[in-house]
Amino acid sequence: MGGWAIALHGGAGVDPNLPHHRQEEAKEVLARCLNMGISALRSSLPALDVVELVVRELESDPVFNSGRGSALTEKGTVEMEASIMDGMGRRCGAVSGVTTVKNPISLARLVMDKSPHSYLAFSGAEDFARLHGLEVVDNDYFITEDNKGMLKLAKEANAIMFDYRIPTVLPDTCGASVENPLQMNGLPISVYAPETVGCVVVDGQGRCAAATSTGGLMNKMSGRIGDSPLIGAGTYAGSLCGVSCTGEGEAIIRGTLARDVAAVMEYKGLGLQEAVDFVVKERLDEGKAGLIAVSRDGEVACGFNTNGMFRGFATEDGSVEVEIW
Amino acid sequence: MGWAIALHGGAGDIPLTLPPERRLPREACLRHCLQLGVDALKSKKSPLDVVELVVRELENNPHFNAGKGSVLTTNGTVEMEACIMDGNTMKCGAVSGLTTVVNAISLARLVMERTPHIYLGFDGAEAFAREHGVETLDASHFITPANIERLKQAKEANRAQIDYMQPVQKNEKDAATTDGDSQIGTVGCVAVDNDGNLAVATSTGGFVNKMVGRIGDTPIVGAGTYANSLCAVSATGKGEAIIHGTVARDVAALMEFKGLSLEEAAACVVKERVPKGNVGLVAVSATGEVTMPFNTTGMFRACATEDGYSEIAIWPSTED
Repeated sequence: MGGWAIALHGGAGVDPNLPHHRQEEAKEVLARCLNMGISALRSSLPALDVVELVVRELESDPVFNSGRGSALTEKGTVEMEASIMDGMGRRCGAVSGVTTVKNPISLARLVMDKSPHSYLAFSGAEDFARLHGLEVVDNDYFITEDNKGMLKLAKEANAIMFDYRIPTVLPDTCGASVENPLQMNGLPISVYAPETVGCVVVDGQGRCAAATSTGGLMNKMSGRIGDSPLIGAGTYAGSLCGVSCTGEGEAIIRGTLARDVAAVMEYKGLGLQEAVDFVVKERLDEGKAGLIAVSRDGEVACGFNTNGMFRGFATEDGSVEVEIW
Repeated sequence: MGWAIALHGGAGDIPLTLPPERRLPREACLRHCLQLGVDALKSKKSPLDVVELVVRELENNPHFNAGKGSVLTTNGTVEMEACIMDGNTMKCGAVSGLTTVVNAISLARLVMERTPHIYLGFDGAEAFAREHGVETLDASHFITPANIERLKQAKEANRAQIDYMQPVQKNEKDAATTDGDSQIGTVGCVAVDNDGNLAVATSTGGFVNKMVGRIGDTPIVGAGTYANSLCAVSATGKGEAIIHGTVARDVAALMEFKGLSLEEAAACVVKERVPKGNVGLVAVSATGEVTMPFNTTGMFRACATEDGYSEIAIWPSTED
């Protein structure tokens, strides 16, 4: 008990046919970011700074669905959103509709630290970024060839492509069968889909923080806001824990997932893993999602009802893990 | 059991010296909207329909900070937001950054019913409104002289202002009782029918002199708006405080996880999750109870229950 702990995720719901080299590539990125977080914690950086720097790194890497590598809107553009919360005092910052700011999580932090508000969006958020000299780039910078391809397929399938793909699981299988509904021209869409990213940390002083960042759903309507920037849905941190979620945004919003983990700890006295399990089991109905959490006592936990979740954990006592399944 | 309805027109530092010309039209509107809601419930309209129609009426009234009569951003423009939630299905819809849509709450409902999404904002939301032939008017329709004046004063005071505060005095002794940047002026309605079906709707222009693009608690499910099978809650006050206090969700969570009654849960949240002077809410439970707590000077509110109780008030009642 006690000591620092860190968890990060790169999205819930993974194509079981994801080619091995893509799995390794994602795990490498997670491991690298996890190590950055660990070093930061060892040099006593506060939780809030650690979650920001880890998510910045995840945003900068094109492998995941945030910052560079974000999923594309129906117009083929990128609209990013992010939120950050400091468990101490429950201060928070969030942004949506970000199109040129290189690191949306840092803009969210700026909103928290330097504005009288908690949440800024679209042109207002962009103007604020410029006012404070944040690094901005063309919208093109965030767009990858992979995602252009995915958007095309999604449009052809004329369906929203969630930023993970859940194979249709028949009730009498153990989930290993893959009847992927998104088949095109007889070929399965086995291209790896990048996912929302997040990081939760408890530092050596027992302070918790959480941060989440995403490009959202592939082929989403322009202006669509998901769970990632909504405090209580995709992100939450209080005195007891820090939580970041990923998966079906609409289900996470309805289930107020991140807040509920903390609420069952506060109001029902559940422990961290119990709380996570409870929420995943009871609050999702048919929704698919996953989450990571840390407690002020240095514990880490995760839960997901999807087929896999990209994740990594480390605790002060030396345990380190990066997993997908 | 039995039906119940409650609605609000904003919580904040509403001075006891509020002049009649500001008080009477609002009381009249609350009375009118309450009656509309009660009649609708009596004619078996679903709570979802009831909360939408009541909030539409409040949006159309220029005396409240929603729809026409919305407060202005720092640029002198209007950016409206709203959220609706069905406690039965947990389906919800939210919109932000609207500039021309006459009834934000109806657009929120359309997002809920006609898109695979929950929340649309800004240009995307406006485009969606046009695609669906939703009523829009030139932005100037929503701007009232009173709000132009409030913005002017707020800029002079160089800080965001609650919209019910008195014109800024040189020695703002009343302002000392508020937390400087307190914000009020949302409208909302919660309703439950005889079968325990719950719904909530909240709508607002936000707060005076807000930054362009600022989103408050209203469209954030769990913050300003929430409904499930236990209760429906609509909050008002300082948006930023309601967001990190996850106010609406917490009322329901306390009922669910700690077994508190509606009244206890709501009182606890208003007292403990948000600093004094920052929040008010209206809530109904599946069993037809109503509660309307607030920790501000006042809250424009009204409620009625099937057993005949009804109330229209601004300041705390004497039993509090």
